[in-house]
Amino acid sequence: MSDDPVLFGLYVPPHPHPLLAPDQNKGWGELRAAYDECRRRIEESDADVIIVYSTTWPSIVGHQFQVQPEPEWVHVDDDFHFLGSMPYKFKMDTEFGNAYRDAAESRGLHSRTVSYHGFPIDTGSVVALSLLNPDNRIPACIVSSNMYANRAETIVLGKAARDALKAQGKKAVIVAVSSLSNRMFTKHVEPENDRIHSAKDEEWNRKILEFFEKGRLEDLSQLSRDIHGQIRVQKVVAYKPAWWMAATMGQHNNYDGEVLAYAALHGSGGAVIQLTPSKGSVGDKEFDEDDVEIYRGDRNVLTTGTGDMQASGGVDGPLDEAERPTEEDWDWKNPLEYAEDLYDEYGSTVVSHASGALGVAAGTVIAGPVGGLAGGIVARKKVSKMLNKDGAIIAENAPKAVGAYPHARRVGKLLFISGVGPRNPTDNTIPGGPIEDDKGNPLDYDIEAQTEACIENIRIIMEACDAELDDIIDITTFLVDMKRDFKGYNKVYAKHFEEIQATRTTLAIQALPTPIAVEMKVIAKAP
Amino acid sequence: MIKGEIVLGCLAPHPPHLVYADNPDENEPTSEGGWETLRWGYARLARKLKTIEYDAIVILTPHWQTYIGTHFLGCDSFKSLSVDPIFPNLFRYHYNLKVDVELSEKMCEIAGEAGIITKMMRNPDFRVDYGTITSCHLLNPDWDKPIVTVSSNRNRHYYSVEVMNEQAQALGDACRKAIEESGKRVVLIASHSLSHRHFTTEAPLPEDMSREHIYNHSQYVWDMKVIDLMREGKMQEFIDLMPEFTEQTMAETEGGGLTWMMAAMGMPNYPAEIYGYQSVIGTGNVVACWDPDEETREMVL
Ligand SMILES: [Fe+2]
Repeated sequence: MSDDPVLFGLYVPPHPHPLLAPDQNKGWGELRAAYDECRRRIEESDADVIIVYSTTWPSIVGHQFQVQPEPEWVHVDDDFHFLGSMPYKFKMDTEFGNAYRDAAESRGLHSRTVSYHGFPIDTGSVVALSLLNPDNRIPACIVSSNMYANRAETIVLGKAARDALKAQGKKAVIVAVSSLSNRMFTKHVEPENDRIHSAKDEEWNRKILEFFEKGRLEDLSQLSRDIHGQIRVQKVVAYKPAWWMAATMGQHNNYDGEVLAYAALHGSGGAVIQLTPSKGSVGDKEFDEDDVEIYRGDRNVLTTGTGDMQASGGVDGPLDEAERPTEEDWDWKNPLEYAEDLYDEYGSTVVSHASGALGVAAGTVIAGPVGGLAGGIVARKKVSKMLNKDGAIIAENAPKAVGAYPHARRVGKLLFISGVGPRNPTDNTIPGGPIEDDKGNPLDYDIEAQTEACIENIRIIMEACDAELDDIIDITTFLVDMKRDFKGYNKVYAKHFEEIQATRTTLAIQALPTPIAVEMKVIAKAP
Repeated sequence: MIKGEIVLGCLAPHPPHLVYADNPDENEPTSEGGWETLRWGYARLARKLKTIEYDAIVILTPHWQTYIGTHFLGCDSFKSLSVDPIFPNLFRYHYNLKVDVELSEKMCEIAGEAGIITKMMRNPDFRVDYGTITSCHLLNPDWDKPIVTVSSNRNRHYYSVEVMNEQAQALGDACRKAIEESGKRVVLIASHSLSHRHFTTEAPLPEDMSREHIYNHSQYVWDMKVIDLMREGKMQEFIDLMPEFTEQTMAETEGGGLTWMMAAMGMPNYPAEIYGYQSVIGTGNVVACWDPDEETREMVL
């Protein structure tokens, strides 16, 4: 046998009908029979743990992992309460749940475990675990589907499951709980009249099933966005169980696929499918999308157009707590993004002032709306005032630049000062004398005077930036004659910078654009 | 028979944080407080409610979400533990509430006659959503009046916010008719926030108020705009604006609560009483009420 930590994967529907009402509709009964067959296969397997990724458990504060050892409740679905109650008592692999959480965290995902009596385990998880593991022969782990998570996060979440399995030396059966097409009927339908909502949904479901049957899971994963566009309720969902499943199962197309049942569940597409890793393959495809190992995105940002809260219909739990942004919302940003934009454009001092001011404007407004609006106006004014100080800076009192560059530029918390020499700002003469005449004949010059003048010019430029020499954090010095000048330069340097303790690099170079012996370039803290 | 009436309509947001901050015996987690502006506002509105004679509370909540029509609570009482799925660390509330089933059935029946898809929820194991629990706890911590929870239909996910707005108005009209026929004095609650963009990370100490602020300035401006409309008694204008407001602020108004309540109250053209505004994990929340009785209506803020 292979050393793959995943023995096989299952794709099962979240609706309660196969659990509560298998006799009321032929298709529901077939789904139930398929569920039962999968239960037998799990029983016969060597699985140490069942990992459930449920699309009907939406989370918004990162991903959540159920680690209560024996969660027990009587669950009732929000829509299908009339089908009956679902009492359950599950056994969780808390050790694995914690390991999975850790693995997800090390891959950059915001993750937390939940262990509370009465935590509302979602319909999909309850249905799947009740049918697949009724006697709790194998402990389980349930992971949520973050509403805002997109492909990268979901792929990484899948890989983290493999990490945790390998770390613990466990073998798993993994279960993705999701419908195919998820458009349900919005009115009551007699069980015998249930059917797939539309012909288009039916056609797409068939296509997906064909992919599954051929073991083309990675291809399906790559097709997720198209599937979502075609047969998922747009407002609520992107289709991501294939992402998680493919990543958890190793990202390839080498599976034996079997569709055990396919039927309508109040209009949506329900299927029970098994994928088992195999040697046979339809071959590697050219995949369009990059692979991702570690999630580096900002978890506090609602990425526009990419949030993909899962909702396979009416059994999808509390969704509106974090509805994803609509396309019209693309120009809205959260404060972090807002701050980053300011940062890019204007520098971070503004950012800290701006976010502070926005905080004042938008925080607790005991005085009511009027006070709040006034705060908003103050905030805007403050921001615009701050912005004026940023960007390129020309220092009127410094020697003129010899090219198309400013004396300084402020970016973020830093001031970058262009290389500056000793030229006198008023008459362009060189204190200590030039190093050569007009014809290039060498002249005697005073390096100490040049260095002194050079530092004075830096001071003038920094003053124009509301800063001073004390703010300097790094200095690069260019000398045209290291052997001759280092000692003198070093002496003057020490006079000004011994206490400031900036970092320094001194280089010998062939020439400078004007007949000077020294030029210095500094980076400083912005005021 | 005496004609029933709506005696007060409350806009009552339900962040579980407020109950957590309140430290009632019913809630398991304990806090050091937080979100006082909203809680003080709530306390004041709760005091007003105590001075009003009424028979039942009817609440429309976005956290009982139904795709197949609108559902109504249909058992005499519910007693259980409500655990917030997003913030289980903050909200694990032991509730024990009574339902006015008669009123519930009446609304279900009349809404059905009006062509709205409806269903009574008769499963005694059903867990009442945390929106209902939170809003009702904050407005009536004694739980001494029966309630009816009306689910929020998710048609918005299939159609549009415009359709949602229309349907919520039809539901509001039907509920008013049912209340009038019931002969009861009823308080309505629309349970939701205003702007609903929120942060997706939580401060180590959830009640750390130095971390609390509105999600962004645009959301704030939207909130202030609609609060101004409330203060000016321009509710028809607000309801007409609702689809845009809902889209722009991802608001829980998509569940139809405020639209439903305003329709039931005949689109008030008198000023709302504003009790407080504050952000909770970045969402904008206002506690407000509409008092049809000129004698008792007051200017609060
Ligand atoms: Fe909510």
